[in-house]
Amino acid sequence: MEKILKLLEENARMSVEDIAGITGDTPEAVARKLDEYAQNHIINGYHALVDWEKAGVSRVQAIIELRVSPRRESGFDEIAETIANFEEVDSVMLMSGGYDLSLVLNGKSYQEIALFVVKRLSPLEGVVSTATHFVLRTYKKEGVLFGLEPLDEREFGL
Amino acid sequence: MNYEALISPRAAQMRPSGIRKFFDIAAEMKDCISLGVGEPDFKTPWTIRDAGIRSLERGRTFYTSNAGLKELREEICTYLNRRFGLSYTAPETLVTVGGSEAIDLCVRALVQPGDEVIIPEPCFVCYEPITTLTGGVPVHLPLKAENAFKLTAQQLKEAITPKTKLLVMPFPCNPSGAVMRAEDMEPIAEVLRGTDIMVLSDEIYAELTYGGARHVSFASLPGMKERTVVVNGFSKAYAMTGWRLGYACGPKPIIDVMTKIHQSAIMCAPTTSQYAAVQALRHCDEDIERMREEYDMRRKFIVNRLNGMGLSCFEPEGAFYVFPSIARSKLSSEEFCKRLLMEKKVAVIPGNAFGESGEGFVRISYSYSMAHLTEALQRISSFLQELDA
Ligand SMILES: Cc1ncc(COP(=O)(O)O)c(C=O)c1O
Repeated sequence: MEKILKLLEENARMSVEDIAGITGDTPEAVARKLDEYAQNHIINGYHALVDWEKAGVSRVQAIIELRVSPRRESGFDEIAETIANFEEVDSVMLMSGGYDLSLVLNGKSYQEIALFVVKRLSPLEGVVSTATHFVLRTYKKEGVLFGLEPLDEREFGL
Repeated sequence: MNYEALISPRAAQMRPSGIRKFFDIAAEMKDCISLGVGEPDFKTPWTIRDAGIRSLERGRTFYTSNAGLKELREEICTYLNRRFGLSYTAPETLVTVGGSEAIDLCVRALVQPGDEVIIPEPCFVCYEPITTLTGGVPVHLPLKAENAFKLTAQQLKEAITPKTKLLVMPFPCNPSGAVMRAEDMEPIAEVLRGTDIMVLSDEIYAELTYGGARHVSFASLPGMKERTVVVNGFSKAYAMTGWRLGYACGPKPIIDVMTKIHQSAIMCAPTTSQYAAVQALRHCDEDIERMREEYDMRRKFIVNRLNGMGLSCFEPEGAFYVFPSIARSKLSSEEFCKRLLMEKKVAVIPGNAFGESGEGFVRISYSYSMAHLTEALQRISSFLQELDA
């Protein structure tokens, strides 16, 4: 049944009938499985991969490297959860290597993001330092090329 | 000059490929969605490309021995043993410019004017013209949908005459996707035992079989190795069509003659490709599996969709084609393809391009991304709905 997850990760809009055709299950069995995945939070939502630049909507995205001091009891979890609850924050990941948390932020402008970092993030107890990197352009996201039409140079052949 | 009079009659006789015109129209058409290619959509796995690049960096830019790098021939033998239980040695192996050249050499090494070559159809289109060029006589054997396009012993028996020299075994089959399992081949082998009939087994799609059992090489059946030339290559299994590399394995006296012809016509297969191929055979079993799984997913997707539209297809068990019946449209294969192209800008290939017995079917390649296939299938579905209206 892991196959269903793989198929949906590739294309969340694949119909229950198509999935069933591939896995060899009945459409009803696939639908039941999907409900189960949602209830168990194995599938946590579906969304479109939008190229906002192409859509002509100005949006700013930043990646923020955060160093934090872990708490004795909860380690990094407590501060990570606090940060995850900010609406402006798109993703929060605990990292190995030179810093602790990696955040992805979406905003309308550079100022908005900069202000968020200065006013909300930095003052949080436990935050040691922040480094903000603005995204200038997205070429590929979640396995999908943005703006680059894949070229098929193959000829007809028998 | 009167070129027509100059051209060798046998060359002039080669069947003109009517399909060419159709391809040209499709190629010119804007926004046309093709399902017409006969090669993988994957790029050659990186490690193979890298091996080719490294061979160039090291200046390996010379001819290899005529039969191909010894190292490569040995790897081919190891691979054929590992994957299909065949036991060949390097002297029984010839590296060629694609499976295509191996087919050409095999026919030229064996067939004299008047010899009959049995060609089960629908099948890949090169066996007949090559046979005609040697003066051989192609004997078309129409395979039947009700037999899942497999060759039956009965059909073979009926086609054999005292002049039969060679039987082509084109499985896994382009265009039908038919696969001959061991139990299907044994009765064929039984017909051949005790005869002098040779077999050209085109196993270029050997790595692309689905649903359980792996491909069984015709040469691995009892008593068949002595009469079989196995043709295989890197094009389909490793997504290496542009590298132009294949090979033949068979009885040494025949491989020797094929090597002589190859030496005169070709010298040797491309050196860079040969080095890359060594890497492929040593390290890429997992890449084969990854691509095979992806094809298998698409295959199930497309078969399910086509059957849902009433283009019934038996389950293709090999290669990357489906071969649905278009009976429901009440059109001939060519009309179907022309109208689908003109009305919906989708290019599929009429089944009769692969032999007359392919009439009533079309070949659809699923060597495309799911998104591409989905769009194409939507257009085919709306084409059928409009036909019904
Ligand atoms: C059945 C079959 N045999 C042989 C070939 C030739 O392949 P290559 O010369 O690239 O090895 C093809 C290519 O489409 C094929 O479909």
